[in-house]
Amino acid sequence: MISRSPPTISFSRYLLANRNSKMWIIYILNGLYFAALIFLISLGLNIILGVMGILNLAHGSLYAIGAFMAAWTVIALGKGAPMFLIYPSLLSGVVIAALFGLFMEYLLIRPMYKRALEYQLLITFGALLLLEDVIKMIWGGEAYYASRPCDVLGTCHILGNPYPAYFLLVMIMALIAGLLIWVFMFKTKVGVMLRAISLDREMATALGLNVHKMGTFAFVLGSALAGLAGALVVPTTPALLGFGMEPLILAFIVVVIGGLGSLKGALAGSLIVGQTRSIGIVLFPEIELALLFLIAAVILVAKPQGLFGR
Amino acid sequence: MGLKNVITRPKFIIYSLLILALLFLPRILSTFNLILFEYGLTFAIAVLGFNLLLGYTGLLSFGHGAFFAAGAYGVAMIAKYFPGLYAMEILIPGALLLSLIVSAIFGFLCVRHTKIFFAILALALSMLVYALVFKFYHITGGSDGLYVKVPHMFGMTFEGTRRPQFLSGIYYYFLLGVFVGSFIIMKGIVSSPFGKALQAIRDNELRAELIGIRVRRYRLYAFIISGMFTGLGGALWSFINGHVTPDVSHWVFSGEIVYMTLLGGFAILEGPIIGAMIFTFLKLYAMGSTEYWMFIIGLTLIILVLLLPTGIAGGFKKLADRITG
Repeated sequence: MISRSPPTISFSRYLLANRNSKMWIIYILNGLYFAALIFLISLGLNIILGVMGILNLAHGSLYAIGAFMAAWTVIALGKGAPMFLIYPSLLSGVVIAALFGLFMEYLLIRPMYKRALEYQLLITFGALLLLEDVIKMIWGGEAYYASRPCDVLGTCHILGNPYPAYFLLVMIMALIAGLLIWVFMFKTKVGVMLRAISLDREMATALGLNVHKMGTFAFVLGSALAGLAGALVVPTTPALLGFGMEPLILAFIVVVIGGLGSLKGALAGSLIVGQTRSIGIVLFPEIELALLFLIAAVILVAKPQGLFGR
Repeated sequence: MGLKNVITRPKFIIYSLLILALLFLPRILSTFNLILFEYGLTFAIAVLGFNLLLGYTGLLSFGHGAFFAAGAYGVAMIAKYFPGLYAMEILIPGALLLSLIVSAIFGFLCVRHTKIFFAILALALSMLVYALVFKFYHITGGSDGLYVKVPHMFGMTFEGTRRPQFLSGIYYYFLLGVFVGSFIIMKGIVSSPFGKALQAIRDNELRAELIGIRVRRYRLYAFIISGMFTGLGGALWSFINGHVTPDVSHWVFSGEIVYMTLLGGFAILEGPIIGAMIFTFLKLYAMGSTEYWMFIIGLTLIILVLLLPTGIAGGFKKLADRITG
């Protein structure tokens, strides 16, 4: 695609000049792909926020841990591993992120339940610093790149444009995960309990729900979702140190746009963020992030609690 | 008032003696440690401002790095685009103006919210500054940052003076003077009716509103003052560092500001200053001794939050209260 553009003008100018071509579908798909990943991260963040009232600043680190673990497993399996082993092996990232989440909740978050907000935030910030170095200790400072799950699927053609099939798989996975969470939250008893806690913590406690146990569960679930996002992204980009920082910020923007603790808000917010990024990168590469903030600011001025905030 | 004077007088004497002692610090400390101490002083000014928001208004901002960066980049941009104006007496007001503008805009958006939403919003907005500084590299130098040369001060030039010499000479006294000035101003702010109103808002927002305090406007003022102090810290920091990079506007740096404040103890005005000093030395020595310095910083932070939530100053105060009965 890039090679076709004359060398004198930039890629984005070229795309602007050829707006009418069928490239737009690729940008929208890319936007959906971004949105799918950010959705998984912000969904986890939002579940934890809603149920426990704790903003986990180390959420990005859990995502990074998921990515490193999944990449490591795929690399360890080697080139000869059969297809049916490679894709489930990505799930190792989910498992390890959930485990780290469990430890974190047990050791750090649990003593914080009755403490002021500052301490809750600060302890997750401490966990972030700690986990960044734990990643360095376990996996070293090098980049982990496991492109095999992506390469195996090859490309498919959408309106004449080649597009990696793996990206579509990621979208489908995110969709499935989102649907499962929705069914879980709205159709099962545990989900109803979780929602009850996030609506009125005191009342839920009075009704005899084990708030702490549910909190642990929510934290592990949220961590697993972050790990899933990490595991899914690692076949397309190498896992590096500080890998979780940028997605975390995007997830925060999603939370701000969509509203605190709202699942619908997470979906709407990540779609806005994903599409803005994808189109922004093409049209205004310099202010692509700033554009996102502009949208967030406009939404906040119009609806201070976010789109679906209570 | 009479009773209060009696109580505060020993404190006043102690502080005067302490400042007198600090005047002789360049003769005692090595240049390395002195410069480290100066870093600590600039952070102390920044967290002093931050604590007006956290300790006195009850708002936790995870985005104060943006104002720090506004101050630092204010200096660096004047250096790059208006070399003729490169004098301390212009640089400091310039940096203050820039941080005033940034904090007024951010404050307008943030003070409608409290608690977690406020924290996330401040964090996200500060990352906007980071993104802009990072992306507009032809203006701000991008990830390379900008160079800050030794400035003119009040008609004196320091051509040919090397930075450590400048820093351990006149700049130290200037910095100390600014620090003492900011401390006195902050003390004045928190004991003024305005400061008391802020504390009323912190303790009970509804009650404050009912007795006629305009909560949102007061929060905005506190936000702006807080941002300007942090910007001043950033501006003074840029001369010591000699080099301004987008890192200071990243939210991890904002987190470090929060850490310093809690390390010292945010319930006491002097607490964050102690925290800033200790953090500066702790971080540098941790970085010098191990590759995994973030692990050490994170671990100390966690232990601190779990075991000593009132910070070092708070711990000392508790100890003193216990001794005096």
